[in-house]
Amino acid sequence: MTIISPNANPAAAPGASRVLLGYLRRDRLALAAAVFLALFVLAAILGPWLVGDAASRLGLRQRNLAPFSLEHSWIYFLGADTLGRPLLGRLIVGAQSTLGIAAAAVFSSMLIGGTLGLIAGYSERWHSHLILRLADVVMSFPSLLLALIVLYTLGPSITNLVIVLAVTRMPIYLRTARAEVLELRERMFVSAARSMGAGPARILLRHIAPLVLPTLVTIAAIDFATVILSESALSFLGLGIQPPEFTWGAMVANGRGYLSTAWWIAFWPGLAIMLTTLSLNILSNWARTVADPQQRWRLQTLRKAAR
Amino acid sequence: MKSAHDSILKGEGPILKIEGLTVDFLSNDEPVRAVDDVSFHVNRGETLVILGESGSGKSVSTSTVMDLVDCPPGDIVGGSCLFDGTELSRLDAEGRRNINGRRIAMIFQDPLAYLNPVYTVGRQIAEVFESHDAARGKQARANAIELLRRVGIPEPESRVDFYPHQFSGGQRQRVMIAMAIALKPDILIADEPTTALDVSVQAQILDLLRDLQRETGMALVMITHDLEVAASMADRIIVMNGGKVVESGLAQEVFSNPQHPYTRRLIGALPHGEAAETSHRRSTEIAGATLLKVEHLTKEYVLASGAFAGKRTFRAVDDVSFEVRKGETLGVVGESGSGKSSIARILLRLNDPSSGQAIYAGENIFEMCGKRLVAFRRKVQMVFQDPYGSMNPRMNVRSIISEPWAIHRDLLPRSNWKDRVAELLDLVGLRPEHAERYPHQFSGGQRQRIAIARALASEPELIVCDEAVSALDVSIQAQVIDLLADLRTRLGLSYIFITHDLPIVRHFADRILVMKQGKIVEEGPTSALFSAPQHEYTQSLLKAVPKPKWLMSTEAPRAVPGAPRPERTRNGSMAG
Amino acid sequence: MFSYIGRRASHSILSVIGLLTLVFFLTRLTGDPSALYLPLDATAEARAAFAKLNGLDQPIPWQFAEYLKDLLHLDFGQSLRQNRSAMEVALQAFPETLKLAFVAITLSTALAILVGSLAAARPGSLFDRIASVTSLAGASAPDFWVAIVGILVFAVGLELLPTSGTGTWAHWIMPIFVLMLRPFGLLVQVVRSTMLSALASPYIKTARAKGLRRQKIIFGHALRNSLLPVVTVAGDLATSLVNGAVVVESIFGWPGIGKLMIDSIIQRDFAVVQSTILVTATAIFILNIAIDLLYAVLDPRIRY
Repeated sequence: MTIISPNANPAAAPGASRVLLGYLRRDRLALAAAVFLALFVLAAILGPWLVGDAASRLGLRQRNLAPFSLEHSWIYFLGADTLGRPLLGRLIVGAQSTLGIAAAAVFSSMLIGGTLGLIAGYSERWHSHLILRLADVVMSFPSLLLALIVLYTLGPSITNLVIVLAVTRMPIYLRTARAEVLELRERMFVSAARSMGAGPARILLRHIAPLVLPTLVTIAAIDFATVILSESALSFLGLGIQPPEFTWGAMVANGRGYLSTAWWIAFWPGLAIMLTTLSLNILSNWARTVADPQQRWRLQTLRKAAR
Repeated sequence: MKSAHDSILKGEGPILKIEGLTVDFLSNDEPVRAVDDVSFHVNRGETLVILGESGSGKSVSTSTVMDLVDCPPGDIVGGSCLFDGTELSRLDAEGRRNINGRRIAMIFQDPLAYLNPVYTVGRQIAEVFESHDAARGKQARANAIELLRRVGIPEPESRVDFYPHQFSGGQRQRVMIAMAIALKPDILIADEPTTALDVSVQAQILDLLRDLQRETGMALVMITHDLEVAASMADRIIVMNGGKVVESGLAQEVFSNPQHPYTRRLIGALPHGEAAETSHRRSTEIAGATLLKVEHLTKEYVLASGAFAGKRTFRAVDDVSFEVRKGETLGVVGESGSGKSSIARILLRLNDPSSGQAIYAGENIFEMCGKRLVAFRRKVQMVFQDPYGSMNPRMNVRSIISEPWAIHRDLLPRSNWKDRVAELLDLVGLRPEHAERYPHQFSGGQRQRIAIARALASEPELIVCDEAVSALDVSIQAQVIDLLADLRTRLGLSYIFITHDLPIVRHFADRILVMKQGKIVEEGPTSALFSAPQHEYTQSLLKAVPKPKWLMSTEAPRAVPGAPRPERTRNGSMAG
Repeated sequence: MFSYIGRRASHSILSVIGLLTLVFFLTRLTGDPSALYLPLDATAEARAAFAKLNGLDQPIPWQFAEYLKDLLHLDFGQSLRQNRSAMEVALQAFPETLKLAFVAITLSTALAILVGSLAAARPGSLFDRIASVTSLAGASAPDFWVAIVGILVFAVGLELLPTSGTGTWAHWIMPIFVLMLRPFGLLVQVVRSTMLSALASPYIKTARAKGLRRQKIIFGHALRNSLLPVVTVAGDLATSLVNGAVVVESIFGWPGIGKLMIDSIIQRDFAVVQSTILVTATAIFILNIAIDLLYAVLDPRIRY
C-alpha cells in the first residue's frame, strides 16, 4: 500500500513550508537576515572546533594588527587584539558562548515562566496570587539593575548569568501564558471538555498548553535579541562573563581602553551583536506579517485574473 | 434639495445602477472571486433587499459601491457603478468624499465595532456635518441632538456626550442610523443592521428604518441573510449565492413563486406558521417517566461592590422550576439576558447555583462529587452554539469524538475506538474518512454534526442544546434539526433545546418555557403556546417576528413619526 | 478613582518592600556581608569588629527587623565611600538621571509617533521601508557599543563633541542620542503596527463611509485609538530607560543614578546600592500610576 500511494497527500505538510519559503523570498531583507543568522548559528556550532586553537594563539608579531590586511592568514583579516589574537577567530569562538548563553536563558525562562503562567491562569488559589505579585516585582524594576544587584551578590559566573537573565525575562512569558489561559479557559471547547468530565490536568495539558505554546515560542524568538543585548551589557560592565571565557560583549569591554589606538578591537564584536539582533528583529517582524491575516497579502504573489 | 432637482431633470431612472460588477480577492493561489458579474439597480425611494447566506458576496458588492474594499488585496476586475449619472469608479478622492456620507450612507452589523470607541456619539455625528461643511461647532452639536431625538434615543441632550459603550445594542444601531441620515442621503445601505439584536429590538429598528424612509424618500438597500427580515422590508429583492445573483424580482413574487432551486431551498427551509403544527420533528408520544426535575433554581451574581454602594446582586436565574420527561424535547426560549444559557451551564455543573436543586435519576446534581459526578457527566451532554469554538482546533475529528472514552476509561476499550468513531460519523451523516481531518476543514453544519457525534459518544440520556443551530445558515438549520429529531426517535434521547428563535422551537419542541429576566413567564405545550399565548411577553415575542411587507401594506403605519417608542436600556455589565 | 490610586499605591509600597526584602536576604544569605563591605585584605579582627558595629552578629531575621525599623525612621545607612547619608547621595544623583531620561523619552515618543504613523499611512512605500529598517536598527543596536563608537568618531576623530562629563549643551548630545535609540526604534514599530491594525478596523470603514478627509481618518481616528498601546509601551520603555542610563552614564561620566549604582557596586558601598534601589523603585511606581491614569484619560471605556 505504501508503495502504490506515494503521492496520496501531496498538498499537506510540504505545502506549508513551501508557502513559508515563498513568503520569505518575497521579503528580501528577511531572506538576508535568515541566511545571515543561519551562518552565525553554523559558526557557533562548528567554530570552536575549526578555529578554536588559532583564536587563542598569542602572536607577538600580530599585536594590535590593523584590519583588512592579508599579509598574515585570512583569520587576521579583521585585525588582532592587544595580545595578537585574531579578532575574526575570536568572534567565531565568541559566537558560541554569546548565542549559547542567550539560548539557555531564553529556553529556561520560557519553560519556567510558561509553567508558572499556566498554573497562575488556571488556578485561583493563593499561590497564583503570590506568583503574580512576584512577577510584578521583577517586572516593575529595570532588568539590568536587578541583574547587576543579583550578580553582585551571587558573584559572576556563566550559570548565575543564565539564571539572572532567565529570571528577569520570565515575567513576560508568565504574563502572556496567564493571559492566554484566562482567555482559553473561557473558550467553549474547555467548557465542553469539562462538561464531559475532564479533570484539570487533562484540560491544562491536552487542551490549553498546546495552544499557548506557539505564542510563547514567538515571544522567545523576539526575546532572544533582547537577551543577547542584556548579556552583552552585563559583560561589558564587567559583571557578566569572566575571563578566560568571553562573549562579544566582553570583547567590546576589552577593546574599550584602546579606542584611540586600535578601534577595531571594540568595533567588530559590537557590530556582530548588532547584526545578530537586527536579523532576529527583521525576521520576527516578517513572522508577524505572516501571522496577521490582514497583512499577509503583502507577502503574497497576488496573481490577478485575466480580463 | 439639489438631488430632487436633478431627478426632475433626468426623469425617473434608477438612482444607482450596478452593471457586471466583478471583484476578486488576491492571495497566493488563484484569485478568489467574491462577486461575479453582478448587476442590479436601485430606484429612488424603494427598498431593495439583497438576500444571501454567509460568503455569498452580498456585503462585498455594496462595499465596492462605497469604495470600502481595500485594493490590494481586493481587485475590481470589471463592471460599472453608475450613481445619479456619475461613474463612481472614476471619481478622485474629493469627488468620492462628496458622495460618501452626503449622498450615500451606510450602517453596519456590529455598531459597537463600527463606532469609534474613544469619541462621544455626539462628536461622531457632528463630524458628518463638519467634514461636509454643512454645519459646525454649536450648530453641528444641536443637529446631532436633534438627530438622536429623531432616532428615539431618550434624553438626547445628555446622551449626546455619552460614549458608544454606554448604550445598549439597539441604541447603538440607532446612533449609527442617526449618523447615516444626517445629511439626508439619497441611498442608505444597511448591512445586516439587526442581525446581532433580539427580535423585539430588531422589530423597533426595522420600524425606524421604514419611518425614516417614508419621511425622507431615500432609497434603502438592505443586506440580510434573514428571510423574515427580507420579506418584511423588501419592495424588490435579489438573491445572491456564491458571488452571483441567482434570482431577482418583486419581493412578493420571489417569495411566493421562487424560480431558482437555491431560492426554493431557502424558502422551503423557512418554518411557515401553521405548517409546523403537523411537523414530523416533534416526538410522537411523551409517556416517559420524569428524567430531570429542577426545583427553585436561583443564580445570583454579585455586581461591582463599590465602597459607597454596598453589595448589589443580580439574579440571572430567579426561582426556576421545571421537569424533563424521557423522550421529550423541552424548548427554553428567551432573549439575551433572560438567563436561559445560565440554566444550561448550571445543569452541566459548569457554574454553581446560588440555591435550588436538580434531581436526576433520584439524586441532586448539585451535591454530586467525585465518581458520581463523572458518572453523571456521561449521561448528560451538551451541544454548544458555536461548534467551531467548542472543539479544540489542534485535535482532529477522531480525537475529538473519542475524548469521552479517554475521560471515562471504562466506557469503551481503546481497540474499538476507531470503529466506533466511524459508526458515529455515519450516524450523523458524515463519512468515516472525515475522522482524520481538523475542525477548520469543515463547514458550520458539518461541525455541528461532529459536535453531536461527540455528544452521542458517551451514550447519554439527555442532551442540552444551547443555541445549537443559531449560528448556522437557514437551510443548514433545518438539516441539523432533522438530524436531532431522528436521533431522538432512534436512540430514545431527551433534549433541552435553548434558543432565542421562536420559529425553530415551534418545529421541534414538545413543550416550551418562555423566560424573561431570569424568570419563567409562561410554560406549556408548543401548539397551545403558539395558538393562545397567555403572557404579555410571549405575545410580544410572537408579534415581533417580522411579517411580510405585502401583508402589512393595508395596515396602518406601525409607528407615528416623531414619537418613537423608547427602548428598554439593557445594562451592559449584566451577565446572563 | 481615589480608591484606585490608594489601592495602586499600597500595591506599589508592598512591591518596593518585597524588592528590598529580596535584595536584603540575597546579600545576607549568599555570604558574609562584611566581605561585601570591607576590603578583601581586612583582618579577621577587623571583620568581627565591623560585624558587631553593624549588628551583623545577630540572627538574620533580627537584622531584617532592625533594617525595617531603620527604614521607618528614614535612616538608610551611611555611605562608606563618601561618609554621609546614603540617601543623600542617591537623591543628589537622581535629578541628573531624571533630566536625561525625561528628554530622551519625550523626544523619542514624539518622533516615533510622527514617523510611525506616516509609515503606516503608506505601507510599503519608500518612506515606510526606510523607517522600518532605521527603527529596527535602533532597537537592535547595543547601546554601549554605539556610545563608544560615537566617542571614537565625534570626540576622538572629529573632535566635535566632548568625550564625557557635564556642563555645556554639547555634553547632552551623545548621551541623549544613545538613550533614545532603543525607545525610538521599538516605539516606531509599535506605532506602525497598531496604526495598521487601527486603519483596518471597522470604525475606520465607518469614517470612510461618512466621507471624512484622509488626514482626519488617519490622525483623528486611527492615531487617536493607537495612542493607548503606545502609551503602555512608552511607559515600560521609560522604566527600562534606567537600564540604558546605567550604561550611558558610566560611559559618558554622567553623575546620575546609573553611574552611582555601578560605582557603588564596584566599591562595595552597600548602603548606597540599597538607597538607589529604593529611589528608583519609588520613581517607577509613581510613573506606573501616572500611566494608568493617563490611560483612563485616553480610553473612556476604562474607569477605575
